[in-house]
Parts: sequence; C-alpha cells; structure tokens
Amino acid sequence: MAIDAGIPADAANEPTLVPGAHVPIDASNYLNNGHTVASWLLSVDHKRIALLYLGGVTFFFLIGGFFAVIFRLELITPRGDLVQPETYNKLFTLHGITMIFFFLIPAIPAVLGNFLIPIMIGAKDLAFPKLNLLSWYIYMLGGVLTILVALAGGVDTGWTFYPPYSSMFSNTWVVLTAVGVFITGFSSILTGLNFFVTIHKMRAPGMTWFRLPLFVWSLYATSIIMILGTPVLAITVLLVGIERIFGVGIFDPSYGGDPVLFQHLFWFYSHPAVYIMILPAMGVTSELVAAFSRKKPFGYAFIAMSSIAIAIFGFLVWGHHMFPAGQSIYAGMIFALLSFLTAIPSAIKVFNWTATLYKGSVSLETPMLYALGFIGLFTIGGLTGLFLPSVGVDIHVHDTYFVVAHFHYIMVGGTVMAYLGGIHYWWPKITGRMYPDWWGRLSALIIFVGFNLTFFPQFIVGYMGMPRRYWAYPEEFQTLNVLSSAGASILGVGYLLPLAYFAWSLKYAPHAGSNPWGAFGLEWTTPSPPPTENFKTTPTVDFEAYAYPHKEEERVG
Amino acid sequence: MANGILAHHFADIEQQRETASLGMWVFLATEVMFFGGLFLTYTVYRWTYPEAFAAGSSHLSVWLGGINTAVLLTSSFSMALAVHAAQEGRPRALMLWLVATMILGAAFLGIKAYEWMHEAHLGLLPGTGFAFTTPDPARFTSREVELFFVLYFTMTGFHALHMIIGLTIMAVLLLQAYRRRYSQVYNSPVEVSGLYWHFVDIVWIFLFPLLYLVS
Repeated sequence: MAIDAGIPADAANEPTLVPGAHVPIDASNYLNNGHTVASWLLSVDHKRIALLYLGGVTFFFLIGGFFAVIFRLELITPRGDLVQPETYNKLFTLHGITMIFFFLIPAIPAVLGNFLIPIMIGAKDLAFPKLNLLSWYIYMLGGVLTILVALAGGVDTGWTFYPPYSSMFSNTWVVLTAVGVFITGFSSILTGLNFFVTIHKMRAPGMTWFRLPLFVWSLYATSIIMILGTPVLAITVLLVGIERIFGVGIFDPSYGGDPVLFQHLFWFYSHPAVYIMILPAMGVTSELVAAFSRKKPFGYAFIAMSSIAIAIFGFLVWGHHMFPAGQSIYAGMIFALLSFLTAIPSAIKVFNWTATLYKGSVSLETPMLYALGFIGLFTIGGLTGLFLPSVGVDIHVHDTYFVVAHFHYIMVGGTVMAYLGGIHYWWPKITGRMYPDWWGRLSALIIFVGFNLTFFPQFIVGYMGMPRRYWAYPEEFQTLNVLSSAGASILGVGYLLPLAYFAWSLKYAPHAGSNPWGAFGLEWTTPSPPPTENFKTTPTVDFEAYAYPHKEEERVG
Repeated sequence: MANGILAHHFADIEQQRETASLGMWVFLATEVMFFGGLFLTYTVYRWTYPEAFAAGSSHLSVWLGGINTAVLLTSSFSMALAVHAAQEGRPRALMLWLVATMILGAAFLGIKAYEWMHEAHLGLLPGTGFAFTTPDPARFTSREVELFFVLYFTMTGFHALHMIIGLTIMAVLLLQAYRRRYSQVYNSPVEVSGLYWHFVDIVWIFLFPLLYLVS
C-alpha cells in the first residue's frame, strides 16, 4: 500500500493542529497499552524505553546542573570562600562525568533516536528490543553507582581520569566511578549496535538509503563511533581500575608505566565521543530546518555524507588534546591538519542549513527557534574549535576557560539546544499533546540569552589567562566571572521552564493531530501517540525524503 | 509455520537470521576494539622494554601454552561441526559437538588455571606478592618485568572471561538443542554463538605468540 507521507499539497499551509479535545485518538496506542509499573519497566517497546531514558537523562541533567550551580556560586568571588578546594575539585569532576556520560551521550540517541528510528524507517521496533531494554538498565546501574560516589564523598580526578591524578594522588572513589563509566559504556555500545543493525536490516520496503531522513543518517554515523570508540574507553578505565585495585603500574611512571599512553587511549575514545554528542544534534537540526522551511534540505546527500565523514575524521584527531604533553612537533602538525579537515564536513552542514532557509517558507515556532539558536551557537563553538588545534594558539589557551567556553558552545549551545528543539518538535508525536507555543518560544529565548551570558565571558577570561579547574582566581577576572554566574542563573530558569509547561501539557494542552507541524516524513503519517506496532500496516515507501511541494506548484495549483 | 520462532517485529525468518548475524559481527567489531586497546598497550611497553619482556616471557611454559593452543583450535573445529549439524537439522549431532566443544573449552581453562597457580607460586603474580628480582639491573628492572606480568594476567584473564561466557552460552544452546528448538529453518543462535567462539579462539592465536614466544 502506498501511503501519503506527510501532508497533501492542498493542506500544506494548514497544519492539522486541532484546538480543543476532539481528535479521534485511536483506542490503542503505546501509552495506554498497559498501565502497570511492570508494563513500563519490562517493556520492550522502543517508544516506552525512549520514555524511560527521557526520565533518566532528565534526572541526571538536573543532578549535573546542581553541581554547576554550586561552583558558579563559588566563582562569584575571587577568593575561595564557599567550598573547600577539594570540594570544588569534586564538584567539577562530578559535573563533567554526569553531564557527559549520563546526559549528553545518551540524550538524543537514546531518547529521540530510540523513539524515532523505527518509525522513521517504517519498522515495528529496533532490531533487538530486549537488548534495548537491557541497555537502559545498564545505563541506570552506571548512573546509580555515580550517584553513590557523589553521596559517599565524591571523586576529584576531573572527568578525564588522567593518571597520576587517578592513580597515585587521589584518595577518592576513583575505582567506583571508573566502574560506573565502564558499565554505562556498555549501554552506549549496545545502543549503537542496535541502531546500526536496525538501519541496515529493518527498513520498510522502498526505504532506500537515500530516502532516509537526515536524522537517521546522523544516528547511523553516531552508532559507528559508539561501536568502535566506546570499547577503547572501557578497556582504558578498566586498566586504571586494575592499577588502583592491585597496586600495580600500567600508567604509573614510578612503575615504568606511561601516563601519556593513557591520554592517547582516553582521547581515542573521548574525542570521537564529542561527535557522539554533536552528530545527533546536527541530525535533529536538519529535520527542524527542513520542517519549518517547508523545503527539502539543500544538498541532502552532502549533509548525509558529511555525517559519515565526521565519524571517520573524528577518529583521527585525538592528538590535538595533547599538544603540551610532549608529543613530537610533527605529530602535532599532522593532528592539527586533520583537525582542520574535520571542520569541512561541519561547515558543509552549516552552509546547507543556511541555504535551506533561503527562499523557504520559514515559520518561527518553538522548535525552529531552538534550531536557529543551535546553528548560531554551533558556528561560534566550531570556529573557536579551529583556534584550538592551531598548535601555537593551543599552547597559550590550553587548560584555560577558553577551552571551557569552546566545548560548552558545542555541547550546551549545540547539543542541549538541539535536544530541546527535538523534544519540542516531537513532543506532540510522543505524548499526543501540544504545548503552549508562547512559553516554548520564551524558553528558547531565555536559554539563548542565558547561555551566551554564561559562556561568552569565559572566552575572554580564558584568553586573558584564567586557568580552568581552580576554585579561586585573581581579582581582575571577577567582573567576567560574575557575568558568567549571572548568565548561569538565567540559563537555569530557561531549563526549568520547559519542565513546567511540558508537565502541564500532559493533562491540559490540546490534543495534537497526527501531523501538527505539516511536516513530511513517516513519523507524521501515524497517529499521535503512535500505536504499539507503529503502523497498522507496514508502509511501502514510494516517495523521496522531504518531498515538500514546490512553492511554484502551490501557487499554480 | 514459523510461529513461535519469528519475533513480532520481523517480516520473515530470513530477515531475522540476517539481523542476528549482523548483530554478532558488529559485536565482534566492538570486541576487536576492546582487545585492540590491550594489544596497543602491550605493543608500546614491549617496544619500550624489550629485554624485560623477553625475561618475563621466558618464565611462561611454552609447552602448556602450545597444548592449550591445540586444544582451543580443536574446539573451534568441533564448534564448526556443531553449527553444521544445526543447519542440517540433526539435533543429536548438534548436542554431541556442543558437548565436545564444552569439554575442550573446560580443558583449556583447567590448563590455564594450573599455569596461573604455578606462576603465582613462583612469585610472578604482580602486586604485593611479586618476588621476581632482576639478574642485571643495568639491562632491565624488576618493575619492568612486573609490567609484563600485569599485561599477561590482564590479557589472559579477559580471554578466559570470554571463554567462561562462551561456555555459559553453549550450556544454554545445549538445553535448547535438547528441547529440539533448532531446525534447518531456525538455527541462528547456534550460528552466531559459533562466530563468537571462533573470535575468542582468534584472540588466543594472537595472545600465544605475543606472550609466550618472545625471544
């Protein structure tokens, strides 16, 4: 059966948003198919597991944010007067570990990817549904261990676990934290494996590779990194654990070990991990820009292939984290060159999103505001990312707030903006309810302003020479730090606001139709919320991706 | 016909089989990267301390290691026969070859355990009990030899862990074969478990010369 993907041409300007409650909701959907706790905790439905993940990542985002609140308070004054220096070390360590391993890495793949990949490719579920549930439990187990570490007294090595901090000099819960990271790494590996196999083997008839939504392409690239990178992190933190537990030397120089080898192994995963965080965000942005410009993305194939290129290049640039670590100048030059090459596919995406907006029917609903925010902030983060692999500049700004600002522009300005944009875009599909768009746009604005106020001053203070990871600083840096802390409080309000109106929307907001945005794609052809089996009959795909009607045709027709 | 063996989200048994097979290959790719990190670490330190590694290696028993290599290769052969029997729909032959593979796998672990105990007895277990003293501190130090043994116990330990997991999987396969769950149509669990077992075998093929045959 050929199905109509998205809106027919005559309804293109009329999103089927029906105010009020009267939308024929199919009697059975994935949300009302079972109401017991066990029907959620033992569900193998990818949509329910996505919601389990949504709960998990939201929880860890709040925990990670809580640590940031305390150290931003500490940094309002130059002298260390709120917390002890050891406590400060634990705060930024736990902030990094929670945010990276338990929020940023799983956020978009495990929530939105889990929910959408099978629907977008016309499948009933992921390839391995039980493995999918298992990966959530593994993730939560790793998270619970990390919470235990925080309650038991914390860990102070920084999220990077560099020896000899993590071997000789730390008396904190390094092994337990390493075990938590190791465990949650398996959740990432299993998710990546599941996505990779699903995209290869579960596509509906007619869903060829170049008819896949760009979000699916980005998660395909992400899954490659998860599969090939994460096991290296696993063995690396295991070796650190073995070193500590048995009192032997692997990376400890006093035993003949090489701490720089740890850095190589760690960054071999942890640089590609940056792309695990940003590639799905780029995929979300491609969807949002297309939907709210009502156009096929400019250069679809280039956007798709640039995701693969980023995944490949991403494995070849880890050395740019180690310029001051005694690497040879020639290695430094090669890593610098490769890092510059990685900018090309990223720039292709930014140019193509911009070109998609050009002559599109742009409408500025909440998800689009988040997407435009993403493009702007990612561009700043990406361009400052070109300063850093320039060896000479890096020696100057290495381990300063310049680096902190750069990667927060990518991870918070980029990934969190896109994640929230995606949540706003697919919320009607996930819950069957709209949310108040005015409040949504307000949250996007507050977050954009708060974010820039928090992190732009850090570029300046870092360039002036303020090192990261210190709880006190010279007085000349105070103004910029106060600005940053003020911005963080605005940012906090911006993050809490969606929690409030999303919770409100579950009960009081109008029902969403199957396609409230008038967008194109298989997920908009099934009811909101979708039935457990996603589609009543398996769709046959006989249309190209993003086949929005041309404006000229609309005018004529 | 395929009711009960075709999971709800697949269109047909062929799609299900291909999915399972690709899933295992991708999993093995993650395993290659996992052991790859260990092999890289080994390579770096062997390059840095060649004489210490040769001295450490000379304390391992090439004979026991060699016998174990033969035992494990034979177990891969019997596993291949088990997969073949499953594909031909011969449950009794499948059970026979699974049992043979499990016996060989257990024999490997037994010999390995004996080796470890012997080495611990010689004071080669890293940590507090490490009692090796270098004959010539100018050429290499005891610490460097200890590094060799850290890597030896870590690498063979993770390999043995994979063997134990493999034996557990085979016990499940044996039970399911006894219940006549596998047929010519449905046998992908046996097939992908075979892939896993061969992979664990291949890891040992690399471990044996790297650890035992350093001259």
